[in-house]
Amino acid sequence: MLRFDLVSPEQKLLSDDVAMVTLPGSEGDFSVLPGHAPMISSLRVGFIDVYEKESHGPARRILVSGGIVEVQAGRCTALAEDAVPLAEIDQDALQSDLQRASAKLSLAEAAEKPAIEAQIALLTRKLEVLALAAGQGH
Amino acid sequence: MPSLKDLKVRIESVKSTRKITSAMKMVAASKFRRAQEQAEATRPYAEAMAHIMAALTSSLGEGTEGPRLLTGTGRRDTILLVVVTSDRGLCGAFNSQVVREALREIRALEAEGSTVKIICAGRKGRDLLRREHGGKIVGFYDDIARGGISFAEARMIAEPLLDMFEKGEFDKAVIIYNRFKNVLTQIVASRQLVPVPVPEARRDGAEAPALYEYEPDEGKILSDLLPRNVGVQVYRALLESAAGEQGARMTAMDNATRNAGDMIDRLTLQYNRARQAYITKEMIEIVTGAEAV
Repeated sequence: MLRFDLVSPEQKLLSDDVAMVTLPGSEGDFSVLPGHAPMISSLRVGFIDVYEKESHGPARRILVSGGIVEVQAGRCTALAEDAVPLAEIDQDALQSDLQRASAKLSLAEAAEKPAIEAQIALLTRKLEVLALAAGQGH
Repeated sequence: MPSLKDLKVRIESVKSTRKITSAMKMVAASKFRRAQEQAEATRPYAEAMAHIMAALTSSLGEGTEGPRLLTGTGRRDTILLVVVTSDRGLCGAFNSQVVREALREIRALEAEGSTVKIICAGRKGRDLLRREHGGKIVGFYDDIARGGISFAEARMIAEPLLDMFEKGEFDKAVIIYNRFKNVLTQIVASRQLVPVPVPEARRDGAEAPALYEYEPDEGKILSDLLPRNVGVQVYRALLESAAGEQGARMTAMDNATRNAGDMIDRLTLQYNRARQAYITKEMIEIVTGAEAV
């Protein structure tokens, strides 16, 4: 079994023995099985899929907006500031956040713009990833 | 000699003060427990982060040019102090001891010829530093601890700070805060934020650093990780300070409650003596009146 920990600065979100984890690496998705070679990778916006048994579909899908992951003998630790399980994601809330941010952008002062643009980019990306996941029939 | 009525009024007023201080103590105690839990909860993240940092920096090797956040600007001309205090008072020496350390630091740095800039997280720190060093305050945040501290609040402080560093507005940043030891003691600690201190490689030999594969390369991951690390350091300082604040308030309010109790005892004694003296006086008057008849 593989020990998988998902931690945010605020709390330990997940700590479980699992069969496999699929992570959205910044250079492409990859899966970690027990005995994976040690590696460190950064993450992009996407889903962390946790498989409790290899033959079944993912038991948990968690949307992260970037982070970092460390794999070493028998354990895999993902650090993510922002991680929400798929079941708890409120798409409408994301949409309205996006609209609010877009509205704010036109009024914002020049100094504030980059931060708001980054927020918009992140929200857009999240929605894209969600739409993709919905399309795959998960 | 105060009259009986005066004494009675004073006793009542001290009693209501005691009610307030003991309620504040209770509130602080419950907030304290939450703050402490929060401070504990961030440990797994911080430890994993330190572990990755150690692996990365050791494999970066000699001679390679690391990101500026790690190597620094090579100068020490402008130092940024982040002073973490509370927004509210009535917590003993909690704020003044941080400010005292900040003032000492400012004096020492200025004696060396460095320029000092200050960011205040917490109203009390700004109030106390403003008179002497008002012109040096470049940032101020308040109401951080209201309704619990989330990582977003730490980012609110860390991101502008990183921006300032990018623009070359300072060479080194240090955060000064109350490190929580236990309810009775908070120790003033200062920790370097920028350049990010390189974690000491473990020399006990028990855990040789594994050879990691990096995806993308070390430099890219590091430049992604370092800003996060600054955020986490700020976050931890805020949490420790919040836990310390409530601890300090608990102790201060406990003392205040006890002092109020002592004062009530003393005033009650005085009141009873005065009452007795008054009764004795009246009786003497009656007796002498009766004898005269």
